Amino acid sequence: MDTFIQQLVNGITLGSVYAIVALGYTMVYGIIQLINFAHGDVVMIGAMVAYSVIAVLAGSGMALPPLAILAIATLCAVPVCMAVGYTLERVAYRPLRNAPRLAPLITAIGLSIILQNVALIIWSRNPLAYPQIVETVTYRLTPNPDGATITNVQVGIVGLSILMMAGLLLLVYRTKLGIAMRAVAQNPQVAGLMGIDINRVISMTFMIGAALASVAGVMDGSYYGIAHYQMGFLLGLKAFSAAVLGGIGNLGGAMLGGLLMGIIEALGAGYVGELTNLCHLSGWSDALAQRCANDPHLAVFGSNYQDVFAFVVLILVLVFRPSGLLGERVSDRA
Amino acid sequence: MNGTTEPLLALQGLALAYGGIQAVKGIDLTVGAGELVCLIGANGAGKTTTLKGICGLLPARSGKVRYAGDDITGRRPFELVRRGLVMVPEGRGVFGGLTIEENLAMGAYIRDDRAAIGQDIERVFTLFPRLKERRRQTAGTLSGGEQQMLAIGRALMSRPRLLLLDEPSMGLAPLMVQKVFETIIAVSREGVTMLLIEQNARLALEVSDRAYVLESGEITLEGEAAKLLHDPKVRAAYLGETA
Repeated sequence: MDTFIQQLVNGITLGSVYAIVALGYTMVYGIIQLINFAHGDVVMIGAMVAYSVIAVLAGSGMALPPLAILAIATLCAVPVCMAVGYTLERVAYRPLRNAPRLAPLITAIGLSIILQNVALIIWSRNPLAYPQIVETVTYRLTPNPDGATITNVQVGIVGLSILMMAGLLLLVYRTKLGIAMRAVAQNPQVAGLMGIDINRVISMTFMIGAALASVAGVMDGSYYGIAHYQMGFLLGLKAFSAAVLGGIGNLGGAMLGGLLMGIIEALGAGYVGELTNLCHLSGWSDALAQRCANDPHLAVFGSNYQDVFAFVVLILVLVFRPSGLLGERVSDRA
Repeated sequence: MNGTTEPLLALQGLALAYGGIQAVKGIDLTVGAGELVCLIGANGAGKTTTLKGICGLLPARSGKVRYAGDDITGRRPFELVRRGLVMVPEGRGVFGGLTIEENLAMGAYIRDDRAAIGQDIERVFTLFPRLKERRRQTAGTLSGGEQQMLAIGRALMSRPRLLLLDEPSMGLAPLMVQKVFETIIAVSREGVTMLLIEQNARLALEVSDRAYVLESGEITLEGEAAKLLHDPKVRAAYLGETA
């Protein structure tokens, strides 16, 4: 039971980050039917920029409280990522708006490589240890002294994610810009006839997605304590899978998909060793029984297989429910 | 200029093409302020193409579009809306996933005067009470006729000077067609200049001041709508009567 609660807590934390990143994929897809594969690398840029700011501020001798440093770092990462998002759209995707769909897709992969290499030049190829400026406080969730716990960092990540998602929903459903975004997503030509500057709305969509991504980058860096120029690749793919799981183009779907993806991954990582432990089969074979007498752990797959789950989920969704959990009208798009 | 007041809209030798195919072959057409002018013609004559050329959805091959004294050839649609040139597209083009109120709000996208926008929404609701009953429903749940009303109401929300209507009667039940045309007359009486494109030539000629007949991308007849209504050629070709 403790394992379950612990992995659930870890999964919800991870899922919050996935959800925030998945929102960026799904918003861009919703408005121009493009999978922006460079989005994961925008997350990485956010983590890297924040890393540098934290390193400078923490090393400067100014006695700023840790949360203030983190806030300043995030506030620096956000505009940088928004500028990156704007530039990607303006320079690379906009000229290809009416090109065959394969062209922007390949461009997205190319942009991902470019962003990684720029980061490689600026921040080196080494994993950067995120300065642990916020002291981790652990709270016990169960009476058992070795039982499930939750940290203040996890609470912060989940709380901030919920705030951002609520803010995004307010923006999309209550403001003029949000209604315009949905109008452009449904019919760009008619939206233009309403006096909506479609290019501006698309730029804004990229920038909002990038702003969310930058915060996700800071959260990911603070959670794992590490940042690396390739960190956006796997994170991006998982968040993309989460967006597909929820139904790409659907905001609620990205949130649900992200959360589910985090929980599936955490539970998978927590239980795969136990479930594939060959020692359960000791009764079938004397040799196995002997081997297990010394060491009862003989797992075929360990928790190092945790990354597999996201993609197993992606494949299952694509086979059995291509439009995703909350998706509706995806059959005519691929 | 030449002393006389310039019409609100003037096409001067406007030619439009899709790829290598000439759809509109250099036409001249004017719409004076306050007028209701219709452009009739058979399927494929180039009517919708002409509208697309006016509102900037299709670049001109040659010729000019002049509006309110300026050359607007090549301007993008959203810029023209800001100058009061608004089109109600063929097939209505309402945003099916947005509520009726949100659709109307998008019609007023270029405006910032919130109080007046609220009044205008109420005005549209007086014009189309059906829409008021369903203000919080998504537009996709409306019938074809209701969607056409929403499309016209949405266009009015921008307070247009010139309204381009593309086939407002298309796909509607006869009763709805009647209703839509009553609205068109009412809007015209409020002083909105209109260019109406219709396959239903009789109805269009009955409500319009002047008319143009488009055939294979060229204007073959023009004049007062009431006169064209009795022109034997028009009667034979577009009103389904044997000459």
